[in-house]
Amino acid sequence: MNLFTFFWKSSIGKKWLVAITGLIWVGYVIGHLLGNLQVFLGPEPINEYAAFLHSIPVGLWIARIVLIAALVLHIVLTIKLTVENRAARPERYQKRAYVQATLASRTMMLSGPLVLAFIIFHLLHFTTRDINRDYRTWVDGAGNTDVYRMLIAGFSSPLISGFYALAVVLLCIHLSHGFSSLAQTLGINSKKTMSLLSTGGRILSVLVAIGYLSVPAAVLFGGMGKAYKTERERLPVAINSTANQ
Amino acid sequence: MSVLDSKIPPGPIESKWTRHKFESKLINPANRRKFEIIIVGSGLAGASAAATLGQLGYKVKCFCYQDSPRRAHSIAAQGGINAAKNYQNDGDSVHRLFYDTVKGGDFRSREANVHRLAEVSVDIIDQCVAQGVPFAREYGGMLANRSFGGAQVSRTFYARGQTGQQLLLGAYSALNTQIAAGNIEMFPRTEMLDLVVVEGQAKGIVTRDMTTGAIRSFAADCVLLATGGYGNVFYLSTNAKGCNATAIHRAYKKGAFMANPCFTQIHPTCIPQSGDYQSKLTLMSESLRNDGRVWVPKKKGDTRAAHEIPEEERDYYLERKYPSYGNLAPRDISSRSAKEACDAGRGVGPGGLGVYLDFADAIQRLGAETIKQRYGNLFDMYHQITGDSAYEGPMRIFPAVHYTMGGLWVDYDLMSNLPGLFVLGEANFSDHGANRLGASALMQGLADGYFVLPYTLGNYLVPQAGNRPSVDHPAFKQAEEEVRARTSTLLGIKGRRSVDSFHRELGLLLWDLCGMGRSEKSLKRALARIPTLRDEFWKNVNVSGQNEEMNQALEKAGRVADFLEFGELMCLDALERRESCGGHFREEYQTKDGEALRDDENFAHVAAWEFKGDRQPPVRNKEQLTFESVKLATRSYK
Amino acid sequence: MNLHLKVWRQKSANAEGRLVDYEARNIPEDCSFLEMLDIVNEDLQAKGDEPIAFDHDCREGICGTCSLTINGIAHGPSATTTCQLYMRKFKEGETIYVEPFRARAFPVMRDLVTDRGSLDRCQQAGGYVTAAVGSAPDGNAIPVSKGKADLAMEAAACIGCGACVAACPNGSAMLFVGAKVAHLAYLPQGQPERDRRVLSMVRQMDKEGFGNCSNYYECEAVCPAEIPAIVITKLNREYAVASLKDTIGAA
Ligand SMILES: Cc1cc2nc3c(=O)[nH]c(=O)nc-3n(C[C@H](O)[C@H](O)[C@H](O)COP(=O)(O)OP(=O)(O)OC[C@H]3O[C@@H](n4cnc5c(N)ncnc54)[C@H](O)[C@@H]3O)c2cc1C
Ligand code: HEM
Ligand code: HEM
Ligand code: SF4
Ligand code: F3S
Ligand code: FES
Repeated sequence: MNLFTFFWKSSIGKKWLVAITGLIWVGYVIGHLLGNLQVFLGPEPINEYAAFLHSIPVGLWIARIVLIAALVLHIVLTIKLTVENRAARPERYQKRAYVQATLASRTMMLSGPLVLAFIIFHLLHFTTRDINRDYRTWVDGAGNTDVYRMLIAGFSSPLISGFYALAVVLLCIHLSHGFSSLAQTLGINSKKTMSLLSTGGRILSVLVAIGYLSVPAAVLFGGMGKAYKTERERLPVAINSTANQ
Repeated sequence: MSVLDSKIPPGPIESKWTRHKFESKLINPANRRKFEIIIVGSGLAGASAAATLGQLGYKVKCFCYQDSPRRAHSIAAQGGINAAKNYQNDGDSVHRLFYDTVKGGDFRSREANVHRLAEVSVDIIDQCVAQGVPFAREYGGMLANRSFGGAQVSRTFYARGQTGQQLLLGAYSALNTQIAAGNIEMFPRTEMLDLVVVEGQAKGIVTRDMTTGAIRSFAADCVLLATGGYGNVFYLSTNAKGCNATAIHRAYKKGAFMANPCFTQIHPTCIPQSGDYQSKLTLMSESLRNDGRVWVPKKKGDTRAAHEIPEEERDYYLERKYPSYGNLAPRDISSRSAKEACDAGRGVGPGGLGVYLDFADAIQRLGAETIKQRYGNLFDMYHQITGDSAYEGPMRIFPAVHYTMGGLWVDYDLMSNLPGLFVLGEANFSDHGANRLGASALMQGLADGYFVLPYTLGNYLVPQAGNRPSVDHPAFKQAEEEVRARTSTLLGIKGRRSVDSFHRELGLLLWDLCGMGRSEKSLKRALARIPTLRDEFWKNVNVSGQNEEMNQALEKAGRVADFLEFGELMCLDALERRESCGGHFREEYQTKDGEALRDDENFAHVAAWEFKGDRQPPVRNKEQLTFESVKLATRSYK
Repeated sequence: MNLHLKVWRQKSANAEGRLVDYEARNIPEDCSFLEMLDIVNEDLQAKGDEPIAFDHDCREGICGTCSLTINGIAHGPSATTTCQLYMRKFKEGETIYVEPFRARAFPVMRDLVTDRGSLDRCQQAGGYVTAAVGSAPDGNAIPVSKGKADLAMEAAACIGCGACVAACPNGSAMLFVGAKVAHLAYLPQGQPERDRRVLSMVRQMDKEGFGNCSNYYECEAVCPAEIPAIVITKLNREYAVASLKDTIGAA
């Protein structure tokens, strides 16, 4: 036995890797959510936070590489597992019923790829800012990248907000099975904690979803940042943009 | 009449086995590999023998008709296994277990065998614990015991209500170690259809592969049969559907003697039958009688619901008739008492075929939780089958065929009169005499396989070295031909009646005429009717399909054909045993208060039947039983 | 009661199979599902047709021989074995699909009969304690706490029916293998071979072509022996620890 045979060849090891990579992303999703929630504190904190993160490029890139690697492994392995699992029942049942398998657990191969599609869009939207290249130029009063304004601008579009909401719901579904599932895969369930962890997992994924949804919802329905946005838009480009500096 | 030499070693009873072990012939490890052994059966007896012989280095081939050795019917035993450990410090000892078994068997077993059984019983528990059998434990970590019918000490070890399962899985795991080590080759879904005798010695078998239909011979230095009991001759019994008499009956027809076939045990606590469609009866472990009280209404034809019958109108008949053993009276006595009550019109439930087993007192005394812990799975099972809850009202129970004490005759070495044929477990006529005590069959199966046969086998094998025939020997060819011919006859009849309908008819007939009560009259009727039924079978049975495929109808037909012959022998044996003892109750022979009346003068012997040909009556040989350590006495559980 | 059956018929392992319609008439409510099939088979034979082949033996829920996926659920709608499923669970006139236990590791042999030898081979790979006959110490020399003994018993109750595999959307045998690994891992007797056992049982399980576990818990829901999914947690943990130990040479 070596690590390669464990993680790549054995049925259980493969699941461990899926769970570990999933766990890395769970960690990110929660951290990222906490970061995002700073938008409720107004423009400065979140912009400063973003600036702070970008001020340590090594750390940022290490994190990015870990995330990308984890995502790639997660995807490759889940595809591998799915192929094997299909092969394990070559002849389907003509009539199939489920007793207790949740819808979420049975649709991981749907919710997962859709979340991936969202992540790609999201990177183009807020990280590389290819969807609206103007975002690249926006800075706030302190000269930091104006993440706050970007969010407000982005989520002012019902279409974009709707898409984010959909993605977050899918993520929530993925995690509602994923949380408890990873506890099971990593062998940290016990007789007593088993149902606790699965309800806990579901609650946590709903909380994550509510957290994420709160931002577009606040923008779209709560009028959050409307004033800031109008104010920044009224300012001469020279002041709120890096374009002319 | 042939002489039956039981080869009981000389000396005092306590040292016979030790001495015999020392005097038995040994085979050195390098030479064991040269011996091939066929074991038919993978139940407690077969699996434990296979594992032990494999571990000793013999080349073993093991056969079973199920798809996996783990499914042998030993799996169904619920209650427990006896052993004279005296862990409870309640006065148990090897001698007491020996005494209880001889007495429980109504003095129709061989003292020396029973004593050996009691001696090795303690090793069995140790062996099973070492294998990881999860016996019930006390909080302190020590093994727990319960009491069981026919004993006044607590010597029964158990694993929930699944003792047989856990013991069999232990033996199966031991079997697996040897399969993995390459010492055992396992043949599941393979049915033995004949025994091959070469120059007067059992040297092989003919089998049918139940998947492909292939008829094939296997040769070996000796053949071990551990094929279980023949209770299915009654159609309805607590046995599995596949349990059969084919292996032992075929051996009988090849010259092995069939001993005491009329000794059948009717278990007192089964779930009553609910209709004609019913395919089997389900046992409720007798351990239920530890806390349940058996009763029927005092009034005849009382149709009130159980809870409407006041205490003083109930007859707790076991407690009344047998005050010292009460509800724990041995099986034959409990069953017969239930029959008496029902015959007297005091039975409960549909057709008046049932008595109550009531837990109300126990629930009040110990709480429902404790009762649930002790019998939860049995109560669930009862609920599943009947739709009723035994927590709320009493269970309804009725006796059912459960165990067969009779079987192939064996000597002290477990070898039949046919040299080279060894018989283990329920398949031999065994150590239980005319009645088996609860929790003693598991003990006997494992004793035979783990601790007895591996020692005694050498006595036959050593002089046999190099004497294994090949399957090309004409005896094999002839046996194969016979099997093929029989199979094609069955397939060719193309009659109108299904195999099951014959089996049902035979079963009902035997239950009525050779069941809990037998008489000369009833047995003679049975003996007149069975041959007619058998003739009809061979003219009018409908077996569809071919041999060269999986054909369950054909499998059943072969077994029922054998039951139709075996049933006759059983009735004949019952007729000739003109006394009542244990499970064999001849209505003509009873005391004034309806207890079994033994005739030690004329019947303290084993009846071993010798086959003389299809058209000849079989010959009844005797092995006289002597009782030196336990005094012949009337069994009393009052 | 009267029922419409759609039963999988397949002549042999290599033949094509299909669902065939049968009418089951005058079925008593108190009979078991297998007894219902007995009645149907009697009718078929009376008509000169071949009876439906299905596996069964003890008919009391303990041997694990009976199988059948009934209306898409292994062993049908009550969480027991098919032999302990009673017709009162069905409605008058209902259509019932009867299919074999399906999985790559359980090839169909005929009609509803499958070959579950793969489960035996997983056990042979290490589902035991090597304890030569004659070498055992006194039963009470190895105390086992009641709690551990109960846990072990709970896991050891597996009847080897394979319903877990049949029910699992992935055709995974994790519950079955987990049950044996857990049973022996809880007991002191199981310790010496603990790592070896889990490594080789999982290796065999993978080799047999069972699927992986996605934690659907369908297996647990249909398991007639009520083996809890916690044995899978245990299996995951045991396997990872043993693999790690083996990797660093400490197993
Ligand atoms: C419901 C029930 C409960 C019981 N409870 C208890 C209890 O609590 N305590 C107790 O001590 N005893 C109990 N008994 C009795 C005890 O279980 C059996 O007597 C004992 O298990 C028999 O074991 P065996 O190995 O002789 O046979 P079995 O376990 O019946 O094994 C027979 C083997 O032979 C094979 N076989 C049979 N015929 C053929 C053939 N023709 N070709 C190939 N293979 C064949 C079968 O495949 C099987 O492997 C109970 C019995 C029953 C039915
Ligand atoms: C409504 C909710 C969300 C908001 C408001 C939001 C906001 C942001 C913002 C502003 C950035 C850019 C940060 C920067 O580069 O300075 C970002 C980056 C990112 N977001 Fe989100 N996000 C949301 C949901 C998600 C979700 C659900 C995921 C993942 C599943 C996600 C994954 C990422 C990733 C991977 C990055 C890139 C991080 C990096 O720079 O490496 N986001 N997000
Ligand atoms: C990119 C696309 C994704 C795909 C295709 C995908 C697919 C899957 C699939 C199919 C499973 C189930 C695997 C199995 O049990 O057999 C799974 C599990 C899981 N996924 Fe994803 N996923 C993706 C993204 C994510 C993301 C972004 C996260 C976290 C935020 C995540 C977290 C998890 C977790 C925690 C599990 C549970 C692991 C386990 O069962 O042990 N996944 N994923
Ligand atoms: S775990 Fe349950 S479902 Fe699976 S084989 Fe064992 S008893 Fe059957
Ligand atoms: S249903 Fe299958 S996916 Fe796992 S939890 Fe059970 S083995
Ligand atoms: S037939 Fe034995 S479990 Fe169903």
